[in-house]
Amino acid sequence: MADLTAQAGPVLAADGTPLKRSLGRALRRQKLRALALIAPLLLFVVLSFVWPIIEMLSRSVNNEIVANTLPETVVALAEWDASTGELPSEEVYAAFARDLIVAIDAKQHTRLGSRLNYEKTGMASMFRRSGRTVKKWDPVEDAPFKEKFLDVHDGWGDIETWKVIQTYSPTVTRGYFLNAVDMRLTPEGAAAQPEDKRVLIKLFGRTLWMSLVITSVCIILGYPVAWIMANLPMRQANLLLILVLLPFWTSLLVRTSAWKVLLQQQGVINDILVWLGMVADDGRLVMINNQTGTIIAMTHILLPFMILPMYSVMQTIPPTYLRAAKSLGATNWTAFWRVYFPQSVPGIGAGSILVFILAIGYYITPEIVGGTKGVFISNRIAYHISSSLNWGLAAALGTILLVVVLGLYWCYDKIVGIDNVKLG
Amino acid sequence: MALDANGDAFVEFDRVQKSYDGETLVVKDLNLSLPRGEFLTMLGPSGSGKTTCLMMLAGFETATHGDIRLGGVSINNIPPHKRGIGMVFQNYALFPHMTVAENLSFPLEVRNMGKSEREGKVKRALDMVQMGEFGGRRPAQLSGGQQQRIALARALVFEAELVLMDEPLGALDKQLREHMQFEIKHIADNLGITVVYVTHDQTEALTMSDRVAVFNDGVIQQLAPPDLLYEEPQNSFVAQFIGENNTLMGEVVSMAEDKAEVKLDNGEVIDTVPVNVNAVGERTLVSIRPERVEFNKDRLQPGAHTVHAEVLEFIYMGDIYRTRLRVAGNENFIVKTRNAPDQRRLQAGEKLEIGWRPQDCRALDA
Ligand SMILES: Nc1ncnc2c1ncn2[C@@H]1O[C@H](COP(=O)(O)OP(=O)(O)O)[C@@H](O)[C@H]1O
Ligand SMILES: [Mg+2]
Repeated sequence: MADLTAQAGPVLAADGTPLKRSLGRALRRQKLRALALIAPLLLFVVLSFVWPIIEMLSRSVNNEIVANTLPETVVALAEWDASTGELPSEEVYAAFARDLIVAIDAKQHTRLGSRLNYEKTGMASMFRRSGRTVKKWDPVEDAPFKEKFLDVHDGWGDIETWKVIQTYSPTVTRGYFLNAVDMRLTPEGAAAQPEDKRVLIKLFGRTLWMSLVITSVCIILGYPVAWIMANLPMRQANLLLILVLLPFWTSLLVRTSAWKVLLQQQGVINDILVWLGMVADDGRLVMINNQTGTIIAMTHILLPFMILPMYSVMQTIPPTYLRAAKSLGATNWTAFWRVYFPQSVPGIGAGSILVFILAIGYYITPEIVGGTKGVFISNRIAYHISSSLNWGLAAALGTILLVVVLGLYWCYDKIVGIDNVKLG
Repeated sequence: MALDANGDAFVEFDRVQKSYDGETLVVKDLNLSLPRGEFLTMLGPSGSGKTTCLMMLAGFETATHGDIRLGGVSINNIPPHKRGIGMVFQNYALFPHMTVAENLSFPLEVRNMGKSEREGKVKRALDMVQMGEFGGRRPAQLSGGQQQRIALARALVFEAELVLMDEPLGALDKQLREHMQFEIKHIADNLGITVVYVTHDQTEALTMSDRVAVFNDGVIQQLAPPDLLYEEPQNSFVAQFIGENNTLMGEVVSMAEDKAEVKLDNGEVIDTVPVNVNAVGERTLVSIRPERVEFNKDRLQPGAHTVHAEVLEFIYMGDIYRTRLRVAGNENFIVKTRNAPDQRRLQAGEKLEIGWRPQDCRALDA
């Protein structure tokens, strides 16, 4: 006993190693075993989910195509001073000819054309059309090239063309991000887009605003339902729960299309309103292909995600609290507002985060019922991925969306506190 | 009926019935009245309708039939929050999102009381339950006993004249429970409030109450002060539910005003007080408290009937001895004797004769 109390240093385990270390070793073995169990899923998630996202996001700044396709031109152009107002020298044109001939051989020139077309319209066709002629040139015998290029296409004599190529020579660019916030990268630096092209900021704003509206409507509609479910006897509550979950049994596409049938101008709701005489036949309400349609349909689709967390939180609030409040003299309303509601806030918080985050990235429903006025930023992202093939811009938009969501999440944590979120 | 000095009952149940499903009566014809300042306990097994009665009084359940009156006024149509009845719930129902002081302040706030007045009352109520320093804590940061005190203080802080408690000590350990029993009783006495207290623990009921209403099956079996309830049970349910009890089965062979002879099943005859038997030839359950059984012949009244017994087991329990006998075929006949210097310890296998005062042996319904 005496030597134990005399010991000032670390406590030792039976075999003489410090207790801390042997505890650490014992725990490490447990942790490794746990890790081995989740390893397959972890690997799957990383390979199929995390990695593509990182890959996608990296495209938002990636601009290697110019430097890769036109390696010599990029070097030659670096010395050219655009502010003089003169075209680049023959040297640049010669380098460009050599690069282009190689690129045409590898069929890379049209890709570069499409890429530069995002920055200056017309460049895609310049590259395509020049391709046919330049293909037959010889990099040595056909020099000098400057005049020949100007013959092939006027664009090669436009100083702006060369400015664009020079601006986009670096392998990393902030151009996509500037585009995503309605700006563009010019040789003089960042500048605002022309008035008629500024749509994305507005679209971001609309997406946030409509997601907020949808979340609020879901709270208002979902709260009473969750409350009733939490207060009914088990059997009826289960029945109601099935009804709440019933929409999940049909495909999202079917549900959204059903709203089209209901809401369109010749649709069921308008027909009924006209039949009731509440609206004139020539004054049928426009409830679809606009924001109203998107809000209605998305509220319907996201409502279960609001009700379920609310329900599971409310279920844990014993009814005696309300009784206690009433026995203390509170009216029904005061008892609800001062005693029940504060305890149900974690459910509202969880439901709101869920619905808001789902809404902000929603794509299918706005695409079908949103028309042009009711689409979200995600529809724009989808357009750039599958139609305009401007993946860089799509990636930049996606990154901004991600940052906005994380930012809002952070605000929520500051204001409400994330511990106040309970899913059950 | 127990009435006030001036003849008014403070709380009154008048032919009250309650059914939840329309098929069975959970409370059958309840008549009960208690004067101001009384501590009345509803005691009964689980499911006997005690909570239902309390909830009807508090206004959370409506009586299917009958009248409930408070201070002479029928409260059937008064909503709970206007009844001004304090209530302590089994799980305390302290609001988890409020501090202790906010919990206590809540009933005063809903009565639109000014801030300074509120603070004074909250402080006094906390001091009364010796929890003065805990005003800033959340309920979750308190022990069970402390939460219990806060629940009590909250029910008292708005000066309710009537306080209902539904098994308020059920969640506490034995020692704390006994301590709180005295504390609640003292506070109730000091404030002069009327208390209706529900429990299924008979010791608790006997310790705390002015009167106890024994419930079974939706009916009050007996309503009496604790001593009467223990010593003079009116039927076999009460006799067996309250305290330990020896029972012998037999048949009435003679009936008089205050004495009935009962022939036990093995042929022996004993004297009993007829409580719940009416005629000769009726089957009866005879009840004797274990501490009233006497085996020292000298202490028995001359001429008293005795019965044969055989000692099966002797258990030393410190303050008392507990002896198990076989009497008239019953192998669970218990005798309790005080551990005194002159007390004899019976030996297993010993055969002896036991008896009792006739008034301690009650002939009840079989
Ligand atoms: N809300 C209710 N709905 C239906 N039956 C109930 C309800 N509350 C209690 N009961 C039934 O009424 C009877 C008495 O219950 P209760 O008053 O809680 O008894 P105790 O408090 O004495 O244990 C029980 O049989 C119980 O099942
Ligand atoms: Mg009960």
